[in-house]
Amino acid sequence: MSRTILHVDLNNCYASIECLYRPEIRNSPVVVGGDPEARHGIVLAKNYLAKAMGVKTGEVLWQAKQKCPGLVIVPPDFKKYLRFSRMAREIYADYTNQIEAFGIDENWLDVTGAEHISGDGEKIADTIRQRVKSELGVTVSVGVSWNKTFAKLGSDMKKPDAITVISENNFKQKVWPLPVGDLLYVGRATKQKFANRAIFTIGDLAKRNVRDLKLLLGVWGETLWQFANGFDNAPIRQLGEESIVKSVGNSTTTVRDLVNIEDVKLIIYVLAESVAVRLRSHGLKCTTVAISVRNNELISFERQGKISTPTFVSGDIAAKAMELFKANYTWDKPIRSLGVRGADLVTADRHIQLNLFKCDQSDRESLERTIDSLRERFGSYCIQRCAMMIDSNLTGFNPKNDHVIHPVAFTR
Amino acid sequence: MSAVEKVFVEVTAKHDKEGKVRPLSISWEDGRELKIDRVIDVRRTASLKAGGLGIRYTCKILGRAVYLFDDEGRWFIEM
Repeated sequence: MSRTILHVDLNNCYASIECLYRPEIRNSPVVVGGDPEARHGIVLAKNYLAKAMGVKTGEVLWQAKQKCPGLVIVPPDFKKYLRFSRMAREIYADYTNQIEAFGIDENWLDVTGAEHISGDGEKIADTIRQRVKSELGVTVSVGVSWNKTFAKLGSDMKKPDAITVISENNFKQKVWPLPVGDLLYVGRATKQKFANRAIFTIGDLAKRNVRDLKLLLGVWGETLWQFANGFDNAPIRQLGEESIVKSVGNSTTTVRDLVNIEDVKLIIYVLAESVAVRLRSHGLKCTTVAISVRNNELISFERQGKISTPTFVSGDIAAKAMELFKANYTWDKPIRSLGVRGADLVTADRHIQLNLFKCDQSDRESLERTIDSLRERFGSYCIQRCAMMIDSNLTGFNPKNDHVIHPVAFTR
Repeated sequence: MSAVEKVFVEVTAKHDKEGKVRPLSISWEDGRELKIDRVIDVRRTASLKAGGLGIRYTCKILGRAVYLFDDEGRWFIEM
């Protein structure tokens, strides 16, 4: 049976929300940008007036200002955005229990079978569009189709405050002429590979022989070919069904460049602690630690290494991260940003191979749990590593609570 | 720009056992307690004029219809 799938996208999410709260800036070009003082000064979102002036997401704020004099820059307020995201999902939940988030502002909805209650896909899309507009004061664009890929494409075709229906009858006219880069998961590298083989539009891709594509891109070749032909049958997750965590990581752009191993050590400890806390709260342990390093010329690399026994102890993670760092960084440039990630996760309560020569881990594990409960009761700064006191400007951030927006994994 | 203002106000409301809320009166800036004579309409909506959103109570106060918003416990009116 053919499904009915909606992709709902809050238009210019952050910028629209800020404009809603501040009517006086609604008619000016607005961007939401990080704090340049903390060196997070890039454009996170823009409204249509700023877009018309050529401002791009990800641009540095001073560049945006040059393009667009009179630009209003608003600091981000993630708590507010999460609240809107939650409220939007509450509206969607009136129509289906299958809602899958793609980032903070995009959701897929499977409304198959709701025709008799709420009308067909387009009708539901229209109701949602109107309700979000009147109840939340922001606009959405909706794509209606029978699979997730085309629904997403549809929501990008007409914005803002619009609905695009891509049906089995019209997708060849609507979707196939689009550039192949519009397709979900076709990024810069894949696009280049396609261009080398004269695949420029989604239609080109769909008409290719699958076996050639498989030779070119492996399994992904086949997957993308299926996407282009509308054979994508990936289900939409039920509400509350969590995706399986593959890794837990935190990263930060530091307030000043890191110039020596002491600085790096401080940041790695902060990040490792946050990773460890999050691992524990998920009931997981990691067996691989990875670090990512970016220097002040924005050149970055990632390295990873195994640890002998699965762990969620921050000291172990930090030690491995330091080891990786020392082995791989030559200090030709100061560092701008660091990340620590725990991967190859296993459940925390599973049986482990005991080490004959190393002392028992359980004492250290219970120590960390004690610290967790202390922090829960008295705040995250009630107990800290002594090293954190050395430079509290540098370490005065809390990756676990400050960074609530989780990026969507590119491939799941 | 229109001169609509967002004015936060103190509200006396009745919360019943079902969790329903009914505002009874608001304290005005000059110290007057203004009785809400009637609640005409209740809906969740954004306030485009004042900037914000919440549950909007269309109230009759001193013969005038006033929009009173409850934004998660903070009440404001469009002026």
